[in-house]
Amino acid sequence: MNTWKRLWRHGAVRGGVLVLAALTIVGALAPWLGTFDPSAMDASFISVPAGTAGRVTLLDGSQIDHTFWMGSDSVGRDIWSRVLYGTRISLVVGVFTAGLAVVIGCTCGLLAGYFRTADALLMRIMDGMMAIPAVLVAITLVAVLGASLSTVILAIAVPEVPRVTRLVRSLVISLREESFVEAARALATRNIVILWRDILPNAAAPLIVQGTFIAASAVLTEAILSFLGLGLPADVPTWGNIMAEGRVAFSQAPGNVLFPALFLVPTILAVNLLGDGLRDVLDPKFAKRA
Amino acid sequence: MMLSFLGKRLIATVPVVLVVAVAVFTIVRLTPGDPAAIIGGNGATSEDLDRIRVQLGLDKPLLTQFLLWAGQVLQGDLGFSYYLNKPVVELIGQRVGPTLSLACGTLILAIIIALPLGTVAAWRMGGLVDKAVMAFSVAGFSVPVFVIGYVLIYLAALKLQWFPVQGYRRLSEGAWLWARHLVLPCLTLAVTYVALLARVTRAAVSEALTEDYIRTARAKGIGEKAVLTHHALRNAAVPVVTVIGVSAALLLGGVVVTETVYAIPGLGQLTVDAVLNRDFPVLQGVVLFFAMIYVVVNLLVDFAYLILDPRIRY
Repeated sequence: MNTWKRLWRHGAVRGGVLVLAALTIVGALAPWLGTFDPSAMDASFISVPAGTAGRVTLLDGSQIDHTFWMGSDSVGRDIWSRVLYGTRISLVVGVFTAGLAVVIGCTCGLLAGYFRTADALLMRIMDGMMAIPAVLVAITLVAVLGASLSTVILAIAVPEVPRVTRLVRSLVISLREESFVEAARALATRNIVILWRDILPNAAAPLIVQGTFIAASAVLTEAILSFLGLGLPADVPTWGNIMAEGRVAFSQAPGNVLFPALFLVPTILAVNLLGDGLRDVLDPKFAKRA
Repeated sequence: MMLSFLGKRLIATVPVVLVVAVAVFTIVRLTPGDPAAIIGGNGATSEDLDRIRVQLGLDKPLLTQFLLWAGQVLQGDLGFSYYLNKPVVELIGQRVGPTLSLACGTLILAIIIALPLGTVAAWRMGGLVDKAVMAFSVAGFSVPVFVIGYVLIYLAALKLQWFPVQGYRRLSEGAWLWARHLVLPCLTLAVTYVALLARVTRAAVSEALTEDYIRTARAKGIGEKAVLTHHALRNAAVPVVTVIGVSAALLLGGVVVTETVYAIPGLGQLTVDAVLNRDFPVLQGVVLFFAMIYVVVNLLVDFAYLILDPRIRY
């Protein structure tokens, strides 16, 4: 309970949590916040400036009165609707990528740190993976696997795995020599039980911190993939896709690039701040090192 | 001594290169779609396809295919782009200039900005510069390269008209023209890098400042400027150079994005086009090339250690 209190007292944690909570609510309530179908396009509202209001015809033929708070794009889709729905994708990608990278990296790190035979091979593979720029790994994986939400998450998680592996491995190597592990081994405890019950809980705090930073970089990488036109299909409302669409007409209508950025940047900033705060509170040893 | 060190470092890179090679080879093999069908086009008969497969060695076992491919790569043959109808090596050769200009320019710019900032931040920890550096180092990691790029284009190119909006000029077209087109892209990409390097410099210098030799230097009456540059910064060089090496991959990744924002015809654009056109030999070649740059940069970093810190002897 004390830890929760200490976390809440930390300014960066509180700020990050509040911004992310607000974004979650916005994402969840997107259909009721003055939006319409983010894929619907009306040819009579092509590239209108922010604030234009009018009667929009939706895909099913029904008409609604609508204000284009952030203008529309070159095929007549509402930027405001697309940005709000884009919140959902960014948050889902951040959370699931971090989870996946931590689970895979943690497994590899535990194996490499605890079993000397696995160590050499696994760590050489990780070294090799770190030689390729993360963006390029993600681009290649999406190109090979095809673009969908799950492949994008996988593709962004894979290049994050080596860092988690290294972190967990270094923790395990020092924990392995602790007396409580020695005691467990003397009692003939099975290796998997030692790893799960004695070692993993001691690695939890740095892992949570690392996972948070991965979530931030995942949101960023997803935006980059979409922006390059190599991520989720262009009609899916992601912040990167909106900006990619707007980049052609940037000189005339900079808003189509800059409005999504007003959501993207605070999101990443909030997650990074949360990570910094968590590190201060949960992992003071690491905070001092960094 | 020097030679055995050189040898050891070179041998240590072999597994890295091997892993990269296997990964690059496997990834492209996993690609759905038959390369023979792509090359053969719509009118190809099944006999044509078989002939193309034999020609490409696709009928051989996977390990043989890998060895054949690796052998070609070692001879400097990165394959053939059927889409652009040119050898991949030639394509990379044409595009490498802008990319290296951008990467080196960014690195130099970032070092010029970040080292003094980080040093001053460490010198007066808790002061105004320190707070600004720490805030910037969080912000720099949170703003995507392409957002910085468009904000800079909007302000410096569209509003103030100081710089061209987009595009690239070769050095042979004139140094001034070349540099003018590179300022905004380098500045854009440098933001993340300054954030990273300033933070590391601050940490390393602040650690060096607690050492006894700093107290000795000050006691001898050496000026603060000399203490900082000759004693503290010099001893903080090793971690800073290490980070430059490790983050080479980050820099190269950023180049890909920056080139798209500024319409620079470099390796990044080649990569994006290769994916859009499903031109896998090019993608394979570029990934391999970037990984090799990373390996070479980190070898150089190893050698830099020898110069920066005479205590390091392997």
